[in-house]
Amino acid sequence: MSLKTRLIPCLDVKDGRVVKGVNFVSLRDAGDPVEAAAAYAEAGADEICFLDITASHENRGTLLETVTHTAQEALCPLTVGGGVRSAEDVLALLRAGADKIAINSAAVRDPAVLTASALAAGSQAVVCAIDAKNVAPGRWEIFTHGGRKPTGIDAVQFAEEAERRGAGEILLTSMDRDGVKTGYDVELLKAVTSAVNIPVVASGGAGELHHLSEAVTVGGASAVLAASIFHFGTFTIEEAKKAMIADGVPMRRTW
Amino acid sequence: MPTVCVIDYGAGNLHSAVRGLERAAPDASWRVAVSAEPSEVLAADRIVLPGVGAFASCAAGLRARPGLVDALVEATAERKLPFLGICVGMQLLADLGEEHGEVEGLGFVSGKVRALKADGLRLPHMGWNEVVPVADHPLLPPEGDAYFVHSFIFEATDESDIIAAADYGERFPAAVARENVAGAQFHPEKSGAYGQAFLKNFLEWRP
Repeated sequence: MSLKTRLIPCLDVKDGRVVKGVNFVSLRDAGDPVEAAAAYAEAGADEICFLDITASHENRGTLLETVTHTAQEALCPLTVGGGVRSAEDVLALLRAGADKIAINSAAVRDPAVLTASALAAGSQAVVCAIDAKNVAPGRWEIFTHGGRKPTGIDAVQFAEEAERRGAGEILLTSMDRDGVKTGYDVELLKAVTSAVNIPVVASGGAGELHHLSEAVTVGGASAVLAASIFHFGTFTIEEAKKAMIADGVPMRRTW
Repeated sequence: MPTVCVIDYGAGNLHSAVRGLERAAPDASWRVAVSAEPSEVLAADRIVLPGVGAFASCAAGLRARPGLVDALVEATAERKLPFLGICVGMQLLADLGEEHGEVEGLGFVSGKVRALKADGLRLPHMGWNEVVPVADHPLLPPEGDAYFVHSFIFEATDESDIIAAADYGERFPAAVARENVAGAQFHPEKSGAYGQAFLKNFLEWRP
């Protein structure tokens, strides 16, 4: 009896459509986020993450509708992130049906948005998303604008501040590893997981199944997030979970 | 036409709970209503009290709806309607909550809500954990994993009200039931096939 490690497929959503195709044989429309999320949930995903990469803020209505339909179809928790600017945005997404909201740039600009969101919605709904780059041995800095803009903020210290301000989880993306498939940055994970007492989700770099286990056994992550290895059908959720169990990581069995 | 009333008192989203119940309904004759109107609550056959966030704000939300608490008392104590509280909705069944100061609960299942003693473990307790039946109760599917997200637990005064347990730093009640009133600390509406089985059992429960 123990808490299982969560395996989280992440979908990039733009104007209500999944932008990276999702490789499920059963999908009628690979661009429909509701269908993709439901298929992942059915396949045993422990949580679904939507990253809204819609360029304009005007399309928020589309996202809210997508979130509502997904929450109705996928029988697992749903985390939504991307362009969340205020506690009001957090509440609107929660009312639409999301369970947790990831706040990224807005928190870097002003961490008080984490405090306000936690007060309004509870810590369990507030995820602080941190995008970090390794800038020196043992030092990671937060970058914004898709990794182009350095902020001078230390990622580990910022994670500690996010916890103090009431975030209930850290979604930690290594910008060096994102899309590279060479494994998560376990040194970054170790630094953050030993600094905070809230769950940390590993993101960026999963290419092989043993990477998923490493993020947990070496990095101390409570959950692992991955996109391309699932979308392109490289591995199924079940294959990933079986490999993690073989490595001694407790996972929820769904087969 | 059997009706389940999901109580809408401003404590988070209800979509998932409503959809979960609709999916779990044994047949198409079931209706899931969403309301905080005492008359609708009392017209229902079964009641579900969801809840996310903090105990104090949820308790305040319940009391802010005119006549709602009285209707819940009448529905459960006099009419003996099957009642299910989910997450903070389960915690509200207790006499007392200790999150953000001492706040009175509904007192339907005696106990208090206190912080989880998760020695050295990360909080909140967030994710899938095993629900272990500790009583033979019709609500419980066979063993399985359910989705939890909480930092507080329901400490039941009477051990016999606990029907299932889970472990995270300490053993705590995953589900309680006393007569026609039950509560789940996990989210059945987020808990895949296990959660659907639990909700179906609730809809078919004849306490």
